Amino acid sequence: MARYIIGRIVQALTVLWGAYTITYAILYLLPGDPLSIMLTASGVEMDTLSADQIAKARHYYGLDQGTMEQYFHLLGRLLTGDFGTSLSSGRPVAAMLAERLPQTLMLAGTAVALSIVFGFAFAWLGAWLRWKPLRAVLRRLPAIGISIPVYWTGLLFIQIFAFSLGWFPSAGNTGWQSLVLPAVTLAIPSAAIYAQILLRGFDDVWAEPFIATARAKGLRRGQIQLRHVLRNASLPILTLVGLQVGHTVSGAVLVETVFTRVGVGRLVQEAVLRQDIPVVLAVVTISAAAFVAVNLVVDLLYPLLDPRIAGLATAG
Amino acid sequence: MDAQPDSFGPAIAKAESEDIIIRSAQWRRWSEALRAVRARPGFLLAAGFIVIVLLAAAAPGLLTPLDPYATAPLVKLKPPSLVHWFGTDELGRDLFTRVVYGARLSVQAALLAVAIGLLGGSSLGLVAGFLGGRADAAIMRLIDVLLALPGLLLALAIVTAIGFGTVPVAIAVGFGILPGFARTMRAEVMRVKTLAYVEAARLGGAGWGRVLRHHILPNASAAVIVLATLDFGVAILVASGLSFLGYGAAPPAAEWGTLIANGRRFLITAPWVSLVPGFVVALAVFALNHIARTLEEMGR
Repeated sequence: MARYIIGRIVQALTVLWGAYTITYAILYLLPGDPLSIMLTASGVEMDTLSADQIAKARHYYGLDQGTMEQYFHLLGRLLTGDFGTSLSSGRPVAAMLAERLPQTLMLAGTAVALSIVFGFAFAWLGAWLRWKPLRAVLRRLPAIGISIPVYWTGLLFIQIFAFSLGWFPSAGNTGWQSLVLPAVTLAIPSAAIYAQILLRGFDDVWAEPFIATARAKGLRRGQIQLRHVLRNASLPILTLVGLQVGHTVSGAVLVETVFTRVGVGRLVQEAVLRQDIPVVLAVVTISAAAFVAVNLVVDLLYPLLDPRIAGLATAG
Repeated sequence: MDAQPDSFGPAIAKAESEDIIIRSAQWRRWSEALRAVRARPGFLLAAGFIVIVLLAAAAPGLLTPLDPYATAPLVKLKPPSLVHWFGTDELGRDLFTRVVYGARLSVQAALLAVAIGLLGGSSLGLVAGFLGGRADAAIMRLIDVLLALPGLLLALAIVTAIGFGTVPVAIAVGFGILPGFARTMRAEVMRVKTLAYVEAARLGGAGWGRVLRHHILPNASAAVIVLATLDFGVAILVASGLSFLGYGAAPPAAEWGTLIANGRRFLITAPWVSLVPGFVVALAVFALNHIARTLEEMGR
């Protein structure tokens, strides 16, 4: 068991390092001239500088070092919690992240919780109801939830619930009211995926022989669904929740832009517009870290919930 | 799956019944597919919509006689009507026309993204699944790392590095969907590689190159084609998201995402300016999703 845990942690760290390296390569090696991007981002026209000043700027941004040197320099600073300085605002990226991260974590956390609740409630209804036409409709709905762009759902909700009905504010970060519309918007695509997988799982489990045994014992449909079907069908959702973290993070960028909320998503959206390379690198690294961390937790939880996996882990 | 070499099919049919008209295996397969499609009206509807979208992308002039850039301040922000099906925007431009012309950029971006993901991902998956061993381990580690980067954020990094516009967005989206293709292709190749007919072909003296081209690739491609259809929708979704965030084509050209983003400013007074183009995006993605799922069911 200890070997399983250590192995998973080492694997997670390797993946995270790989993700950082790829992002670094994209941002620092792909552009023909990172210096001109960086100068433009900090509001300086490169044409106005003399050769001497350009050399100084190159040194200032550390671009005069070799590629590997520069990479290890940045990686070393990252390990001490230093994400560099934003080009456009001149502030340390770590401080900017610290300000905005709680807002985004709250949005993402609420959205994940809502998506699990919605997904289960929907699948429960779909499996429990017996009226054929309604069942058919419920089985089609998740595909629609997956296909609708999140930013469009957001705009629709703003139009309906903020402008027409006036129930919730259309923008801002103040109070729980401002969290409702963004969190629901962000929850819908993930909820749809959970519902889809759960519905399929419910159908499969309902066909298992032990359900016939349970019915023979005299349990009612509701009891069977709660005690037998739900427990057996909901395990895959755990893995899925881990994999959906990436979609939630991606969605948060769009949702925060639509609802003009202060958060890491809006930060990176503006950073990309200004080509603020250090900020983009930091946010992408943080998102990859969130993805890796959640999936590590899921991997470690699995043996606790499914003893078969624990057996495999100790044997292997 | 159903593309297996069945050269003995007609021979058996001939031996069993002399008076029944013998059709070629290919003809039979087509008529079976046709019957399966006719039993699914939803599929026809979805396919019809996608054909219209592709037509709009290929020749927008056929669907609308208007100019997408012609402004008419007198009819600005008019709601949908018989003259202006989707209404007009803040400069009086016909929104239906703008959506039709926007399809050109959006569909091109999505197709380019799928091409990058399909070619890059499938070749990686093919090499990994076919060679196995160290090459497989190395490639799959790389894919694991790419999967850890949330799709939109990887795309944001790429767009930051190579600039804004339809083509950079397409490249960025293509790299985001690449890991899925690599995984699917690898799984399929590993599955087909062990099947009896591959062994038979090898015993018959066929080289690996021939086996790959004639036996492994055709049989592994069904799952990849389903994924390509599905990811065509995903690519439309992500690419329109990126252009919504402001990294798409420069104005006055407009992708679907840009149209939605522009309409945001008039959400109170003229909600259709952003909601109607968004509905078209949702419809296109849903149609592709439905087609992919039907193809998957028919393949089983």
